[in-house]
Amino acid sequence: MMRAQHQKDHYSKHSLPTPFHPRTSQLSMGNNWHCWKGYLSADYYENVEFEYFAIRNSCSVMDLSPMAKYRVEGPDAQDFFDRMMTRDMSKVKPGRVAYSVWCNDQGRVVDDGTVFRFDETTYRLCSYEHQYEWLMISAAGFDVKITEETSEIAALSVQGPTTFAVLERMGLKGIEELKPFGIMHFPYHGGEMMVSRTGFTGDLGYELWVHKSLALTLWDELFAAGKQYGIRAIGTHALDVARIEAGFIQADDDFLSANLTVRKGHDRSPYELGLDWLVHLDKPNFTGRKALAEEKKNGSKYRFVKLEVEGNKPAKDSYIFHGKNKHAGVVTSAAWSPTVKKNIAFATLQLPADHPLDDLWAEIYYQRELKWNRVWAKCTLHDDPFWNPTRRRATPPGLF
Amino acid sequence: MTNSYDNIIIGAGHNGLVCAAYLAKAGKKVLVLERADQVGGAAITRDFADGFRVSACAHVLHMLRPSVVRDLKLESHGLDMSQPGIATISLDAEGNHTTIGRDSLDGANVSDEDKTAYRDFVKRMEGHAKVLAKQYMKTPPRLASIGLKNSLKLAGLGWDLRFGLGKKKMEDLMRIVTMNIHHLLDESLDNEALKGALSFYAVLGTSLDQRMQTSVFTYLHHVAGGLDTKAVLPKGGMGGVSDALAASAQSFGAEIRTGAAVDHVLLDGGEAVGVVLSGGEEIRAKTVVSNADPRTTFFKLVGARHLEAGFAHRLGNLRNTGRVAKVHIALNGVPDFKGLETSALGNRLLISPSRKYLDNAYNHSKYGEFSAAPAMEITMPTMADASLAPDGQHVLSAIVQYAPYELKAGWDDSQKAAFTDRVIDALAVYAPGIRDQVVATECLTPADIEQEFGITGGHWHHVELALDQMLMMRPVHGTAQYKTPIEGLYLCGAGAHPGGGVMGAAGHNAAQEILAGDK
Repeated sequence: MMRAQHQKDHYSKHSLPTPFHPRTSQLSMGNNWHCWKGYLSADYYENVEFEYFAIRNSCSVMDLSPMAKYRVEGPDAQDFFDRMMTRDMSKVKPGRVAYSVWCNDQGRVVDDGTVFRFDETTYRLCSYEHQYEWLMISAAGFDVKITEETSEIAALSVQGPTTFAVLERMGLKGIEELKPFGIMHFPYHGGEMMVSRTGFTGDLGYELWVHKSLALTLWDELFAAGKQYGIRAIGTHALDVARIEAGFIQADDDFLSANLTVRKGHDRSPYELGLDWLVHLDKPNFTGRKALAEEKKNGSKYRFVKLEVEGNKPAKDSYIFHGKNKHAGVVTSAAWSPTVKKNIAFATLQLPADHPLDDLWAEIYYQRELKWNRVWAKCTLHDDPFWNPTRRRATPPGLF
Repeated sequence: MTNSYDNIIIGAGHNGLVCAAYLAKAGKKVLVLERADQVGGAAITRDFADGFRVSACAHVLHMLRPSVVRDLKLESHGLDMSQPGIATISLDAEGNHTTIGRDSLDGANVSDEDKTAYRDFVKRMEGHAKVLAKQYMKTPPRLASIGLKNSLKLAGLGWDLRFGLGKKKMEDLMRIVTMNIHHLLDESLDNEALKGALSFYAVLGTSLDQRMQTSVFTYLHHVAGGLDTKAVLPKGGMGGVSDALAASAQSFGAEIRTGAAVDHVLLDGGEAVGVVLSGGEEIRAKTVVSNADPRTTFFKLVGARHLEAGFAHRLGNLRNTGRVAKVHIALNGVPDFKGLETSALGNRLLISPSRKYLDNAYNHSKYGEFSAAPAMEITMPTMADASLAPDGQHVLSAIVQYAPYELKAGWDDSQKAAFTDRVIDALAVYAPGIRDQVVATECLTPADIEQEFGITGGHWHHVELALDQMLMMRPVHGTAQYKTPIEGLYLCGAGAHPGGGVMGAAGHNAAQEILAGDK
C-alpha cells in the first residue's frame, strides 16, 4: 500500500528517499540534503570534521544506495564488458571487483565505475551517471540481459580502521579472508547480504549490499555492532576530503561524462585523467580503442596532476600558472587534508607533454567578510596517493 | 602461404565484379567468393518457370557508368550495348496513354502547355542532376577530416554547386532538394498522368512515399541515372551485364568461386586478414572487400562485438527494409494492352496513373499491408530478346510497390498468391484479357529478396535512398569512404555511395580507395 502510494506521488518530488531514509533522516541534525542522481543524500549529519575522522580513525557509514546499479547477465557478459571497458575484463575473475572507465567511440570518458563479477555470467555495474542507455547501445550483438536495479538494491559504504572489527561482531563468518576487491555473500534474514572489500576512501573498508527490504535491518544491526567502535553516519562532504586524499577522481568534479558535454574538448580521455593504467590497447577491440591509440601516439591535450599546495587555503577552482604568468590549467578538486596535514589538490593542465612542471603556482582567491583576497601558492607534483595506509590492504585486516 | 590473395571480394554482385575487375586490372591477385551458383548477385537472369527466363531484380539498364563499360572492355566481353533506347509510357485505363521521352511528351491527354512545361521542368532537373552525377564516380569527402586532398574534394563539391550550376540554379537546388516530389510537381506541372508517373520515378525501388521530404532528391538520383535518356532492355537480361563483368574480371586475372559462402570475416588483432567459408575453409588476403549490404557485412560477417559501440549503434539505426516486390509472369502470347501497339510493349510501362493512386498504394504499406492496387514498372524483356521464353510466348516483369518487408499477416504462400492476384488485377485494368494468358507466376517479396540474395531487409538499394543516408553519410559516417573501421575491410556494394542500381560506381570507387591505400 505504502509502496503504491509512493510510486503514484513520485513526480511530485525531485529527489526520492533511499531505503535508509527512515534512519538517516532521524540522524540528520542539519537536515541538509542534496540530490544525488534522483535520491536524497546527506551533505553531513552533525559535523563534517567528526565524520571525516570517523573515516580515518573509526568506522564511517555512508548511504550508497543512490549509486546507479545494473545487473548484467548472460553467456556474453564477460565479452560485453571487455568490449565496453578500456580495461582488460577477462582478467577479472568471479568473486572480484574491478574499477574501470568506459569511453565513447571518440575515446572520451563516458563514466567511471566498478564492475562486480558474481560468477561466470553474472555481473553488477555501479556507476556515477545513469548508464542504461549506453549499456543498451553497447549490448547490440551480445547475448546479455541488462536490468536496472538502482532502486532495488540498498547499499552502505562502511569505511575506516575499525570496520573489520564491526563486521566480525555482526557475525560475518570468514570476513577476515576477504581481500581488497573481493566479494563474499552471506545469508541474511531469509535473503542475502553481499559484502565487497571496496570503497572510495583509500582506507580499510567494505560495501554492504542487500535488497531494499532488508535495508533497515542492516542499518540497525550494523549500528548496534559498531557502538563500541566509534560508528558514525557520514555525508558526502566528509567523503569528498577522503577521496581526494586517496587520489580518486570524481565524475562531475574532475571530469564530465562525454555523453553530457556539448562543447568540443570539454570531455576527457582516460589518458587526460591519469588513468593510463586502465587502457589496454593490446585488446583487439573496445569502444574508443582507435581514438585512444591515436591519442597515445600523438599526445593528449590535457594532463591530470596531483598537487601539494603551499599554505592552508584550499585551492578550490583556482587557476594554475607556470612561472606565475603562463596559464597552465585549473584545479578541479581541492581540500585541506587533516590526516596528512597538507593542502592538496587535483588539477587539469593544458601544457605540452614535454613542458616542465617545476614552477607551478595556484592563484587562490578567498573571501573574508565579503572582502576578496588573493594569494599565490607554490604547487609541487605528487605522484602517489596522498594517503595510502598499509591497513588498507592487510588480509586479515587488523582489529583496531 | 598458398591460398593467400591481395584482395578477397565477398559476393559476386555487379559491384563486387566491377571492384574485382579494377583491382585485377591494377595487378592485384583477386578472389571473388559468391555463395550462389551463378555470378551477378541480384543482377542475374534466371528461370522462373519452365522455359521462361527473367532478370531477377532490376530489369532496365540505364545507370551503368560509361567509363566502367570502357575501362573494363565490357563490350568485348559480351555486353551488347546496341539495344535501342526505350521510352516510358504511363498507362491510362481508357487507353489514352502518355509517352514520356527525355524532352517530349505525347498522348491524347497532353496539351501544348503540358509539353512546354515538361520540357522546362526536365531541363531544370537535368541541370541539378548533373551535379549529383558528377559525384557518382568519386569517393565522397569526409566531413570530419581535414587534410588537403579531402579539403579539395569538399571544395570541389562546393564549386560544382556554386559555379557548375550558377547562383540562381544553386539557390533553386538548395530550395527544392529537401522538398517532396508531390509539392514540387504541383509547382511545376499540370498534367496529372505525368505527375503520377514522375512521382513514381521518385520512389521507384525505395520504401519512400512521394510525400516524404527526400523524394525530390531521389527523383534527381533517377534523373542523374539516365532513366529517360539511357534506358535499354539488356540483351539476355541483367545477367548479361554480370556475365560480361565476370568475363572481364577473369580476363584481368581475377579468380571467381561460386557456391562459396563466406561465414565470417577472419580478424586478427581487430584487423581483417581473410575470410572463413561456411565449410570452415580459411582464405587469407591483405584486404577483404564486402559487396554484401552493411548490416550483413558488419553484423553477420564481422559481428557487432568487433565494432565500437557508437558505430554499431549508428548501423543499427540504418533504414534498410524494402517495400518493393518483383513479380514475373509467363504469358502464352502477347498481352493486349488497350490502346498500345505490340511494338510499344518493348518500352517501360508504368502503372501510376495519378498521385492519388500512388498515395493509396503507399497507405496500405504504412499499416503492414500490401497495396490493394499497386504501382508498377513493367517491362517485357522478351520484346528485346525472344530467347527468354519459348517461341511465341512472353515474359512480363514488374517492379511492384508496395509490399512491405514486415507484412502484418506474414509472408507465406497464401499471402504471396493473394498479392500476385492483386498484381494481375491491376494489370487487367489495362490489359483486360491478361489473366487468361498467364502460364506461370513468380513473386519475390522483400522477404524473398533477403532470402535469395542475402540482402538484410530485402531492400534493392541495400540501404534506403534518403538524404541522411547518401553521399558522405552512406551508409553511416565512419564508413562512408568504402574503408571501414575494421582495418583491411572495405565496402563496395549498393549500401555505399552512390547507392544501388546497376551502376558499377560503388565497385569502381571502392577499388580506387583500396589501390590508394596500398600505395
